[in-house]
Amino acid sequence: MVEVAQPATGALTSRRRDAGPFVRFIVRLVREKPLGAFGAAIFLLFLACGLLADVVAPHGMNQINPIARLKPPSLQAPLGTDSLGRDMLSRVLYGAQLSVIIGFSAAAIATVISVVLGVLTGYLGGKVDMVVQRFVDAWMSFPDLVLLIVVVSVIGPGMPQVIGLLGLLFGIAGSRIVRGAVISVRENMYVHAAQSTGASTLRILWHHILPNVTPIVIVLFTTRVGAVILAESGLSFIGLGVPPPAPTWGGMLSGAGRVFMYDAPWLALAPGICLTLVVYAVNVFGDALRDLLDPRLRSAP
Amino acid sequence: MPPSENDAPLLCVERLKVHFPLYKGVIFKRRVGAAQAVDGVSFTLRAGETLGLVGESGCGKSTTGLAVLRMTEVNDGRVVFEGRDITRLDRAGMQPIRRRMQMVYQDPYGSLNPRMPVADIIGEPLAVHGLAPGKAERRERARELLQMVGLRADMIDRYPHEFSGGQRQRIGIARAIAVHPGLLICDEPVSALDVSIQAQVVNLFEDLQERFGMAYIFIAHDLAVVRHVSDRIAVMYLGRIVEVAASADLYRQPLHPYTQALLAAIPIPDPAAEAARPRQIVAGEVPSVLRPPSGCRFHTRCPKAMPVCARIEPVLAGEGGTHAVACHLHNAVEGEAA
Repeated sequence: MVEVAQPATGALTSRRRDAGPFVRFIVRLVREKPLGAFGAAIFLLFLACGLLADVVAPHGMNQINPIARLKPPSLQAPLGTDSLGRDMLSRVLYGAQLSVIIGFSAAAIATVISVVLGVLTGYLGGKVDMVVQRFVDAWMSFPDLVLLIVVVSVIGPGMPQVIGLLGLLFGIAGSRIVRGAVISVRENMYVHAAQSTGASTLRILWHHILPNVTPIVIVLFTTRVGAVILAESGLSFIGLGVPPPAPTWGGMLSGAGRVFMYDAPWLALAPGICLTLVVYAVNVFGDALRDLLDPRLRSAP
Repeated sequence: MPPSENDAPLLCVERLKVHFPLYKGVIFKRRVGAAQAVDGVSFTLRAGETLGLVGESGCGKSTTGLAVLRMTEVNDGRVVFEGRDITRLDRAGMQPIRRRMQMVYQDPYGSLNPRMPVADIIGEPLAVHGLAPGKAERRERARELLQMVGLRADMIDRYPHEFSGGQRQRIGIARAIAVHPGLLICDEPVSALDVSIQAQVVNLFEDLQERFGMAYIFIAHDLAVVRHVSDRIAVMYLGRIVEVAASADLYRQPLHPYTQALLAAIPIPDPAAEAARPRQIVAGEVPSVLRPPSGCRFHTRCPKAMPVCARIEPVLAGEGGTHAVACHLHNAVEGEAA
């Protein structure tokens, strides 16, 4: 059966080899993981909206219209207006900019910290592991909120602080997960084989350990994106996040959205649905990415 | 090819000891003892020769292999490889030695990185030792090596999961011989394979030895396989070598009661003969390596144990250096009536 199929697959692979690796990856994503491709499309849509908010948004994000306050969705304002008469569609679009930037950069920082700490302590073990992980213990036993309050009250609220702090908090906590995965990968005989042939530690980490913990790292990253966006909304709620006039989704939810929950549900629904969609999209894309990168799950071309 | 007697040995292991310390307590660690995994093992190996290491699990045969590779700490004794004492070499000093000694593993599934294509798996030792500078050169070498071990060169871009157990083991062998080692340590290389595949892989080992003149340390518990591949066989019990002899000698005339029991345990592929032959079963369990028995380590289970066996440790000695045994039945103890 395989022999019969050979000519056809041969032609297909040779044709696909002409395209670059990125194009080939997109083709595989769409063909093998349509849900993941859908997630990627939604995410890209939000990213585009965020980046092009200045062009796409019908109104400015903080443009007040005292006459049209708390209006339900209509042709003039497709997502309604808030308590100050600001256009919700515009605010949600600008919110995409802030939330996506915060979500991604903080999750990226968190993942890098988790991977560096987790891989070093997990692979090297011994004293390094002992010392670094006791520091992690101490850090994790400290309430996050207290730390956030201290730092924000010293240097004031603002986006870079929020990104940095959330990245650090999630990163240090996540290092445990990566460390556990590294410890189990480290015990494989292929790592022993590389060691016994004289491969350097850096080479073993890069070629043997990291590729085998990527599934966990990808899931760690995609779950962190959602967690960070939600954490930022929590911070905004207690006034430690990105300060108010800036339209973050979390801020919209916990601010006007909560106050006017019964009179103007669209105030909470619009950012809430966007938040859910982005988090969902990132998660399904992450799962698809994890499967596509695993050679064992690769379907026949 | 039978190696000549006067060759300088490729590998010389002298009174090798590997002890794994045991600790109790978390904060205040106390050393409560040590597992004497390998306790005074000596042997030599000439270029192109195969030494079989046999014994039941836990006897220290794998640890001996790891100690030769310096993959476990050596507590005492020496490992001399190609005329150099490598026992105390540091990481950098070991680097050129590592090219000359390679290992083939038991588990063909765990020993290949599932996320590496075959080209990179086989090319890794080449890259580590800078033997094929370019990626294209490494690929070309990997293709040759694949063919050498009986696989198709066009399988080079496949991943380990696309191969069967026997094929994976061939990939592991290709990786090991890529850097032209002088010594291959094979730790139960066929015991995880089907019997029909075992024969093919054993034949591959023999072909490659003939072609490249590598020496093998062939660790196994299957005596039939070891007999087939080995020039000499060392039988280990509780961290010691109890008998070492040329393969044919050992099977024809086993001297140590433990070797005799091991050989008697090989099933005969004929039901009538199997039923007719007398049973010789070693009674009891293997004693703990934490507290090995006094004197001869086998005396607690030996059917021919004498009073002297519990008191005095027999030394490995033999007739003309070809067949050595550590047993009071064969080596008279000086000043002591047996």
